[in-house]
Amino acid sequence: MNGLFSEVFLSALLFGAVTAAVPLLLAGLGEQMSEKAGVLNIGIEGMMLAGAYLGFVGAFYSESLWLGFLTGAAGGAAVAALMALLCVRLGLNQIVIGIALTLGLEGLTALLHHFQFSRSYPRLPAADPTVIPLLADIPVIGPAFFRHHLLVYLAVLLVVVMSYLYRRTQLGLNLQAAGDKPAALDVAGIDVIRTRTIAVLTTGALAGLGGAYLANVGAGLFIPFITNGAGFLGIVLAMLARGRPVWVLFGALLFGACLSLTTAMQVAGINIPTDVIQMLPFLAVMIMLVLFGRQASLPAALGIPYERGAR
Amino acid sequence: MSIDGASTASATALDATSAAANRRDVLHRLLMTLGPIVVALVIAGCILLAVGVDPLAYYGYVLERGLLSMLGIQQTLTRMAPLLFLAAGLIVAFRAGMWNLGGDGQFLLGAVTSAASAPVLVEIMPVWLAWICAFVIATVVAAAWSLVPALLRAYHGVNEIVTTLMMTFLGTSLANVLVKLIFRDPGTTVPQTRTLPVEERLPRLFDTTVTSGLLLGIAAIVIVHLVMTRTAFGLKLRIVGANPRAAVHAGLSVPGLTIAVFAISAGLVGLAGAVDVVGVQGNVRADWNPAYGLAVIPAVFLARMNGFAAIGFVFLLSVLSIGGESAARRMGVPNHFTLVLIAIVLIVLAIAEYVDHRYNQSRKA
Amino acid sequence: MSSRASPSAEARDIVALEGVTKRFPGIVANDAIDLSIRPGEVHVLLGENGAGKSTLIGMLSGLQQPDEGRILVDGRPVPITSPRHALALGIGTVFQHMMLVPTLTVAENLALGGPWWQRPRTGELEAHVAEITRSLGISVKLQARVAELSLGEQQQVEILRALLRNSRLLILDESTSMLTPKGIDELGALMRRLVEKGLAIVFITHKLKEAVAFGDRISVLKLGRKVGEIPPERFRSLGEEEIIAEIVALMFGRQNDESDTKERPVGATRTGIAPSLQVTDLTVAATDNEPGLSSISFDIRPGEILGIAGIDGNGQKQLAEALAGQRVAAGGSIRLEGTDVAALSVGERRRRGLRYLTDDRLGEGTVGTFPVSINFFLKQVGQAPLWRGGLERRGEIDKRAADLVREYDVRTPSLRTPIARLSGGNIQKVLLARELAEGAKVVIFNKPTYGLDLANTLASRQRIRDTAARGLAVLLISTDLEELLSMCDRIAVIADGALVGTVDNVDDARTKVGRLMIGLAA
Repeated sequence: MNGLFSEVFLSALLFGAVTAAVPLLLAGLGEQMSEKAGVLNIGIEGMMLAGAYLGFVGAFYSESLWLGFLTGAAGGAAVAALMALLCVRLGLNQIVIGIALTLGLEGLTALLHHFQFSRSYPRLPAADPTVIPLLADIPVIGPAFFRHHLLVYLAVLLVVVMSYLYRRTQLGLNLQAAGDKPAALDVAGIDVIRTRTIAVLTTGALAGLGGAYLANVGAGLFIPFITNGAGFLGIVLAMLARGRPVWVLFGALLFGACLSLTTAMQVAGINIPTDVIQMLPFLAVMIMLVLFGRQASLPAALGIPYERGAR
Repeated sequence: MSIDGASTASATALDATSAAANRRDVLHRLLMTLGPIVVALVIAGCILLAVGVDPLAYYGYVLERGLLSMLGIQQTLTRMAPLLFLAAGLIVAFRAGMWNLGGDGQFLLGAVTSAASAPVLVEIMPVWLAWICAFVIATVVAAAWSLVPALLRAYHGVNEIVTTLMMTFLGTSLANVLVKLIFRDPGTTVPQTRTLPVEERLPRLFDTTVTSGLLLGIAAIVIVHLVMTRTAFGLKLRIVGANPRAAVHAGLSVPGLTIAVFAISAGLVGLAGAVDVVGVQGNVRADWNPAYGLAVIPAVFLARMNGFAAIGFVFLLSVLSIGGESAARRMGVPNHFTLVLIAIVLIVLAIAEYVDHRYNQSRKA
Repeated sequence: MSSRASPSAEARDIVALEGVTKRFPGIVANDAIDLSIRPGEVHVLLGENGAGKSTLIGMLSGLQQPDEGRILVDGRPVPITSPRHALALGIGTVFQHMMLVPTLTVAENLALGGPWWQRPRTGELEAHVAEITRSLGISVKLQARVAELSLGEQQQVEILRALLRNSRLLILDESTSMLTPKGIDELGALMRRLVEKGLAIVFITHKLKEAVAFGDRISVLKLGRKVGEIPPERFRSLGEEEIIAEIVALMFGRQNDESDTKERPVGATRTGIAPSLQVTDLTVAATDNEPGLSSISFDIRPGEILGIAGIDGNGQKQLAEALAGQRVAAGGSIRLEGTDVAALSVGERRRRGLRYLTDDRLGEGTVGTFPVSINFFLKQVGQAPLWRGGLERRGEIDKRAADLVREYDVRTPSLRTPIARLSGGNIQKVLLARELAEGAKVVIFNKPTYGLDLANTLASRQRIRDTAARGLAVLLISTDLEELLSMCDRIAVIADGALVGTVDNVDDARTKVGRLMIGLAA
C-alpha cells in the first residue's frame, strides 16, 4: 500500500486527472454554449471523434501539434456546421440528428482509420510540456499541475473567458435570450438563427479541440471510438453546471480524477475492478440529484427550433 | 420527428377517408421511406469509392452474407431477437415523449442477472420455468434500474436525457463489477459468468440455427404496437407524449404514467439482454457490450415508432450488421461502415420529411 | 374608404399600406388593406379577435411578409424583411405577448440587440433611460429581473425599449388587456404625450371604449378586411355616442347586438334549493410568478350562472384549476351537492359532475395532432362504452363522435382530421361537447368566447345559457364585462386572488362591478 501514497505516485495521479479532465472540460464548455442558446447537442460525441481523427491526421502529417489542434477544431466545427444547418436552420429534431451524427462519425472515423493506419498504428512523439517556472518545483503539486501542455492552461483560461462572455458581453446576453426567449431576441433585431449557429459552431470547435487533445496529447495516437463516451459526459456536465463554466471545470476534474485513479490502480496492480471507481463520479452525481434534485433550470426553449412568426 | 406528415384529404364528407386516398397515403409513405434509403446507399457508396472499395461488390457481398446465404439469413434472424425487444422498449418510451437513452445499461444488467440466475435455476426446476424466472428477474432488475430517472422526472422534472445517460454509464460499469466480483464462474480464468449449456438455451427453430427468441421478439413488438394504438392505456401514454398539459387537464396521473413508461421500457430492454443470453450467448463475459441501444434508436425513428415498420427496419439493421461483419472479415471493410450507412439514412430521411412537409404547406397556402 | 387621396397627404405618412394581402393555410388573414399612419396621431386599429390585426402588426414589424400589395415608408416602397430592419426604419412594436427575456434584468433586456463583441453600455443606457422616463413621467427598475415585474411594468419596459431606439412609429398590440383600469388610463395619457412629441402610434384593440377615448383616427377591421375608417376631422366633429354607434355599425353590420341582450330573468334564482357547488375558504399558495387565492367562498345553485369578473391574471386561472383539481389547494372545502370533493382527483371530480372548460384550448384542452374523434373523449379514456376491458372500440367512438359533430355543428373535414387544423370556434365546440356530456352538474367556463368570432361567440353564449336552463350550475369566468352582464345572475369580482364583492345582476350592476374592479367598495 505504500506505493499508493508516495509522492511520485500522487503527482502522477493528479497529472493524469488533469489530462483526463481536459477533453471533458472542452466538451462540457462547448455543450454548455449550445444549451445556453437553446440547442441540445447530442452529436457532440461525433464532433469529438471528428476532432480526434482530424487532429491526429493533421499533427501526424504536419508534424506540428498545434496544426493538429487546428485541424481537430476545424473537423469538429465542420460536423457542427452540418448540425447547425439541419437543426438550427431547417429545424429538424435535435435528438435524432444528434444521434445520427454521433453514430455516423463513430463509423466514419473508424473506417478511415482502418484504411489509413490499421497496419502501422503510428504514434505521435510525446508532447512537450510547458513548465511553469517556480510553481513547477513545488513538490507533488508542481509536477501534477504545472508541467502540462500549453493547451491545458488555455483550456482553464477558457473557463474565465466564457464566464466573462456570458456575464459581461452583448454576445452572452444574446445567447441567453436565444435559449430562454428566442422571439424576444428576434424582435430586438438580432438574428436567432445566426446566434444559435455561432453557438453550435463554437461547440463543434471546442469538442473537436477536446478530441484532438485526447488523441494527440492524451494518447499520442488515434484509435476507433477513442472518446469512449467523453462527449456524453460533456452533455452531463453541461446540464449539471446550469450555465456556469466554473462548475464544468469542477465536474471535469472530478470525473478526470476518477478516470485517472482507475488507470493508476491498474498500474499499481490493486485488485479492485476499475469499474468500481468509474462508477463513483456518476454515483456521486446521481445521489446529489436525488437529494437536491429540484427542477433543473434548463433554458426554456432548449430543443425547440425557432421559426419566426410561427402561428 | 413528426409521426405523420400532412396526409388527410380535404374531403368534405364526415366518413372516413376514401380507399383511394388511403392507397395514395400508403404509396406516399413507402416512397418517403425507400427513397431516402436509396439516396443514402448512393452517398455511402461514394464514401466506399473514396476509400478504394467497389460499392457494388460490397453491397452485393453484404446482401449475400446477410440475407441470401442460408447461414447468413439464420444469423440475421437470430440477431433480430434482442433487437426487437429493444425496439419495443424504445417505442413505448418515445411514443410517451420520454427519451430513454439508457438502453445499454438496462440491456447489460438484464443480460448479467439472467446469465447469473439461469444456470442455477435450471438445476432446481424444469428448464422452461427456469427461462421464465430468468426473464422475470432480468425484467424486474432493469425496470428497477430505471426507477431513479423515472422518479426524478416524474416528481422533480429532472430531464431524463441526462439521467438515463448517466445511468447507462453506471449500469455498464455495474454489470462489469457483477461479472468480475459476484457472478464470476470459478471454473474459468477469463472473467465471465457461468455458462448455460447449449441444450438448456432457448430451442432453435426447426432445423435451423435461428433462436426461438425471434418469435418472442416479434410477439413483444406486436403486442407493444397493439397496446399503444388500440388500448386505453396506450392512448393515455400517447397523450402524455403529445401534450403533457392536456394529460394533466384530462385528469391522467402523469407521474404514475411516467414511472410506468420507464418501467415498461426498461423492462423490455432488460428482457432483450436476457433473451440474448438465454437464447444465444449462454454467458456474459466481462467488458462485453454490443452497444445495441444506440444502434436501434435510428431503426425506431425510421419506423416512425410504428411496431410493424420497426420489425422491417430491425430486419434491415440485422442484415446490415451480419453482412457487414462478414464483409469485415472477407473484404477488409470494417463493419463500422454500417454505422455510417445508418447515420446517412437517418439524416436523409429527416431532410426528406422536411422537404415533404414544406411542399405540402406551400401547396396548401 | 381608401386614404390614397392627394399626393400631399401621402407625403405626410410615415408608413402607408397599399392593398396588403396575407394568406395562411385555409384563411385570408389580411385582404387588400390600405392604411395610412401619420406622425402626431394615435391610429386605432379596431377589430375583434381574428379580424387580422396581429397579422398586420406582424408585417409592419418584419415578422411576416405580405403576399400582395406594398408597404411604403416615407413614401417609398420598402419590403420590411426582418425585425431588425423594422427597427432600423424606426418602427418599434410592443407585442401582445411580452417580448422580454424573463431571466435577464431590465437593463440587460434594454441592451439586447447591440453589437455582439461589446460590453453592454450600462452607463450610457442609464442616462438615456433617465432622460426618457423623466420626460414621460414613468419609472422603471433597471436592475430588477423581468420575471419579477408585473405585466404593466413589463409593458412600460417595452415602450421604453422602443423609444430608446428612436422609433418614429410605435405599435401597441392589445396593450390594455393585461392592465388595470388605472393602468389603462395611464397608458392613454402616455400615448397622448408621445404623439405630442411628434411620434406616430398604432394602437390595436378590440375594446370600443378605449378606441374612442385614445384615438385620433380609427380603422375598423373585420375578418381580414378594412371595413371603414373615421378620420380625425370627422372624429372631432362627432360625439362619443355617435362614434360608437358608427363603429358598431361597421363592426357588426347592425345597430345593436339584439340577439345578445340580456334575457335572463333577474332574481330567478331559487333560494330555497340547496346549492350544487359550495366553496368555502378555498386557498391556494402563491408561486414565484403567479398570484395565489385567499379564502374564496361562494355557492352556486342549480340553474344559476355566477360570473367572475376581474382583470386578467388576478387568480382566475388558479380558481378554475383549483376547483377542477388541477392545482393543489392549501385549504378550504369544495362541496359538490353536499359532499366535499377537495381531496379527490381531477378524474373523480369530473365523474361526479364537476366540469371545467379551459381557456387554453390548444395548450391543454386538446392534443393537436390527435384526430377530432379522440379529442371528444380525452377525459373519458378507458371508460365504457367507448372502451371495454381497456380496449378501444373504434366503431363506437366514431359513431358517438359523429353524433356530437352533428349535435354541436362542428365543421371538420373528417373525424380523422387532427384537431389543431380546425378553427378556434370549432375547437371550442368540441370542448363544449366534451364538458357538457352526460352527468354534468356544475360547469366552470373559463373565458369561453376568448378569441372567437362573433357568430361562434353568440353560439357559445347560447350554449351556456341553455346549460343553466337545464338546471346545471354555471361558473362563468370572463374578462369581458359585457358578456358577464348579459348572462349572469350574480357577478363576483376577483382581484389579487380574493373575491372583493358580489353583486346581483340588476340595473346598476355595471357601475357596482366597475367600482369593485378598480378597488372601490360597491
